[in-house]
Amino acid sequence: MSAGTVAQPVTASTAVTGAAPAPARRRRRIRWTMVMPVAFALLLLALWEGTVRLFGLPPYILPAPSVFLQVLVARHEAILHMAGQTAQATLMGFIIGVGVGVVLGGVIGSSRAVYRMVYPALIGFHTIPSVALIPLFVIWFGVGPHISVLTAVVVCFFPVVVVVATAIATASPELDDVLRSLGATRADVLFKVAFPRALPQFFGSIKLAITGAFIGTIVAETVAANSGIGYVMVVATNNMDGALAFAALTVLAFMGVGLYAASLLLEKRLTGWAYRGR
Amino acid sequence: MEENSPPRSFVEFDRVTLTYGEGETATPALDETSLRIAEGEFVAVVGPSGCGKSSLLKLVSGLLRASSGNVVVAAQEVTAPIKIVGMAFQNPNLLPWRTTLRNVLLPAEIVQPHRAKFRRDKAPYVERARRLLLTVGLDGFETKLPWQLSGGMQQRASLCRALMHEPSLLLLDEPFGALDAFTREELWAVLQTLWMHKHFTVILVTHDLREALFLSDTIYVMSARPGRILLRKRFDLPRPRTLASTYEPKFVDALAELRGYIAEARTLVPISE
Repeated sequence: MSAGTVAQPVTASTAVTGAAPAPARRRRRIRWTMVMPVAFALLLLALWEGTVRLFGLPPYILPAPSVFLQVLVARHEAILHMAGQTAQATLMGFIIGVGVGVVLGGVIGSSRAVYRMVYPALIGFHTIPSVALIPLFVIWFGVGPHISVLTAVVVCFFPVVVVVATAIATASPELDDVLRSLGATRADVLFKVAFPRALPQFFGSIKLAITGAFIGTIVAETVAANSGIGYVMVVATNNMDGALAFAALTVLAFMGVGLYAASLLLEKRLTGWAYRGR
Repeated sequence: MEENSPPRSFVEFDRVTLTYGEGETATPALDETSLRIAEGEFVAVVGPSGCGKSSLLKLVSGLLRASSGNVVVAAQEVTAPIKIVGMAFQNPNLLPWRTTLRNVLLPAEIVQPHRAKFRRDKAPYVERARRLLLTVGLDGFETKLPWQLSGGMQQRASLCRALMHEPSLLLLDEPFGALDAFTREELWAVLQTLWMHKHFTVILVTHDLREALFLSDTIYVMSARPGRILLRKRFDLPRPRTLASTYEPKFVDALAELRGYIAEARTLVPISE
């Protein structure tokens, strides 16, 4: 804390604006962050293509990118239709799972008694592989896309609960005192301090939840559905059609990256304060 | 309730004690304390660190409840956090995800009746927050986040926040303790201006005797833990006080006198168990 910069607001102002990066440099950095991941993915595909050609691997073991991308283009209508089913189930499961996770995490995190009572049960429940529950779900609710949604919820709510509960439970007595001295209610403290403070960690858990939701949906589709990317995988592997399987997986990978990018965008907007302009 | 007490007291401690913990581990923080602070008075409480000064403030604000005795503020017994209080702490404690302006507006979102009014019409409150920021020299920083401000600027914003809901009682817990000497003295002047403008009641906790003398009219000296009030002294130096006036004989004499009292008071504390 240097005294000189504080002495006059004017000098302090120049100090602050001087710290911000030049707009041109920032734009260039954004362009690089877009180009680099794409270049890396293309490099991987090229390596893959080379390996398959070099060793002459048959498509049912490992199809070359050129082969399965061709299949993807040729049968895009059917594959995209199935991908749509998967996307719908995953998104629905993800949204419900995160919602359940936030509410449950908020409740568990704001009360020590509930925390102690519920946490062991939660860990116990999560130790059961959710895949093992799918047959049970089918017995209870019948076959259909709702099984995918349910499995996605079960897989993806857990990281959100754990992270939100921990973030809420870790105290910030000074900030709480500021609000309490104003006569704030517990709900005020929760919504104005605890939740905003938990946001950066929350977005960390969101990234785990995204992959979890996809895993839940796909696994459920392979076991208990006749639509979706998971179903395509089963059919393709049963027919030794490696190219179709990888074509379907390509779409899946794009959906995953898409959802990840969306969450990243939201994170940047909402938690920029935690990264201090970095 | 006592209508026969001649100077109307705004804050009143009647044989208040405070003990942290229970049973064997109980540590007394505040020994039996009685005091009266008049409306509009600027009071400073000085004493060594850990003497229960902060506890005293928390008792006034209702953040803590007395173990015994009564705390009365504005003719009401304090049993829970009270809303006529504005508080600023040693750490600015700004919410890191809020801009300066939105940090200052926080009390308007919480304290009634502002809460309801603020929800209906934010404009007058935004206007008031901007004016407050202007008086402490933070205009132009409304949209900055706390990490973009220096320590002194954060503390200015914290002062604005404490005054946002026009509290009639301002509680300051070593608000300038973590600042460098230049910034600190500058903020003394800022605070004096704010106070001379509105004449709210202030209780300032500090261990800086010059700060206490510069800002307040009445000084309480507290002993080491468990805290006890050893002395109450009114100094009434002319206002507005400036940095120059801290070198005037009146101020220097008062400071020497105060130091004398503290030295004297210290020897009064029984050392043997």
